[in-house]
Amino acid sequence: MDDGSVPARPLVRLKGIRKVFSNGTEAIRGLDLDIMPGEFISLLGPSGCGKSTALRMIAGLGEASEGEIEWPTAMYDASGKPEREIGFVFQEPTLMPWATVFDNVALPFTLKDRPKGEVPDRVAEALKMVGLERFAKSYPRELSGGMKMRVSIARALVMRPKVLLMDEPFAALDEITRFKLNNDLLDLWNKQRWTVVFVTHSVYESVYLSTRIVVMAARPGRIVGELGVDAGYPRGTAFRTSQPYNDACRRVSELLDDAMAANPAGIDEH
Amino acid sequence: MIGALWSKHSRWILPVAAGIAFLTFWEWSVTAWKIPKFVLPAPSLIAMAFWSDGPSLLGSLWFTTRVTVVAFLAAVVTGMTLGVLFTLNRTIERTLWPYAVVLQVTPVVAIAPLIIIWIGLDRLWLALLILAWIVAFFPILSNTTIGLSSADHGLKNLFDLYGASGWKKFRYLQLPSALPYILGGVRVSSGLALIGAVVAEFAAGSGSATGLAWRIIESGNMLNVPRMFAALLMLSAFGIVLFYATMWLQWALLHRWHESEVKREN
Ligand SMILES: Nc1ncnc2c1ncn2[C@@H]1O[C@H](COP(=O)(O)OP(=O)(O)OP(=O)(O)O)[C@@H](O)[C@H]1O
Ligand SMILES: [Mg+2]
Repeated sequence: MDDGSVPARPLVRLKGIRKVFSNGTEAIRGLDLDIMPGEFISLLGPSGCGKSTALRMIAGLGEASEGEIEWPTAMYDASGKPEREIGFVFQEPTLMPWATVFDNVALPFTLKDRPKGEVPDRVAEALKMVGLERFAKSYPRELSGGMKMRVSIARALVMRPKVLLMDEPFAALDEITRFKLNNDLLDLWNKQRWTVVFVTHSVYESVYLSTRIVVMAARPGRIVGELGVDAGYPRGTAFRTSQPYNDACRRVSELLDDAMAANPAGIDEH
Repeated sequence: MIGALWSKHSRWILPVAAGIAFLTFWEWSVTAWKIPKFVLPAPSLIAMAFWSDGPSLLGSLWFTTRVTVVAFLAAVVTGMTLGVLFTLNRTIERTLWPYAVVLQVTPVVAIAPLIIIWIGLDRLWLALLILAWIVAFFPILSNTTIGLSSADHGLKNLFDLYGASGWKKFRYLQLPSALPYILGGVRVSSGLALIGAVVAEFAAGSGSATGLAWRIIESGNMLNVPRMFAALLMLSAFGIVLFYATMWLQWALLHRWHESEVKREN
């Protein structure tokens, strides 16, 4: 995919999304968002503002109460469902403890009834991407937290998805591991240029990673502002200490402050 | 060097040494204090009972073993099948669960006479089988039901995400999640099957039953205490074999991944 040219059609289009849970909680109201091919979008906002809910709806886990999520460039199957080509990384590694790393990464193939022939190569490729090719036969409990997260990422990538959805994937990790995985993720994204939607609590993480940051506020969950980060890639430690980085962090923090001010309680009252 | 050997083998050296010391003391005390052999026979007498009555006792052991093992296997199959049905269909669960509980809470000795009358003394083995099955079946049912519904929520989401069919969810998610629970049930149930078989034999009393439990009663009636001990020892040996067999099964299936069986190194 060539940079610079502005693609005409978004990969995913969220139009006027509202989500009310069965207990009456209005998690999201009036959410509009176009996700363009090749973007690295961060969803940033206080706890309970509906980031996970939005991400899960994009993935097709849970229907929107109002509004539509369109996949303009995707094929639709007979029942009218888009063939989303997505990979999802949860906050927890969510691996099957009874299966080897290989089998965990191969799970999407197992579940999708794909021909078995290509599986070993594709799994090996995905494991190589995350630097775990030597651990195919290990069991999840034999890995560190960061390695488990990598397996989870490999599993999300093994079907070569167009969109990678990540819900605070590194939140539970220590800072050193998080920086390392941030860099690895950026490298991968820079090489492959899928589209990434990344949910995070961290202003710094969002600025470091993203091409665009979408800031959300709670009660009900909605978008209160956006910011593009123009700095090019690859980004490294130098970027973390640069002026544009600091400026972007400050502006995102201001947006976030506005978001918090919009509902003074700030935290989730449920 | 010796320390390493010791720590490796102390697991069996210690109990064996203790056993030998205990037997020696037993043999000595019986003669020294002139304890009559129908109260407490010397170990040597018990060994002789093994020698003379061994073949016929082994026949009885075989009878009890068959009842126990068949009842246990039937309990595993029916318990798991019903457990799966329960998770697939709430209506079946609501309908049948109370009856399963009734079977579980009614003491087996109390229903034994009824079952024996129904099945008939000419097919006593079948009655014993049913009684042992009743006792062994519930832990498998309840553990299967709990296990199948205890799959990790995140993994369930993941399976939904890739559009997994019901069968695939069952095969690749629910069943493996349930395995540790089911195996826990299997261990409890194997012991219960033996207890059920023995209790049922006791309840059946004489007749065509020729199992070990009946041999114990018979020996007691004839004050043949050495043979009673021999039969008792066989029974507990069988119990131990059963226990370790299920332990081994659990280890074989879980040791690579489940917290209960992995060797912790930190
Ligand atoms: N299954 C559910 N049933 C009812 N309410 C829910 C459910 N899931 C989420 N909510 C509510 O929806 C709102 C948004 O939740 P969501 O998990 O999307 O927030 P979030 O932005 O991801 O928060 P965090 O950063 O803490 O993960 C919250 O107020 C939450 O209480
Ligand atoms: Mg969340």
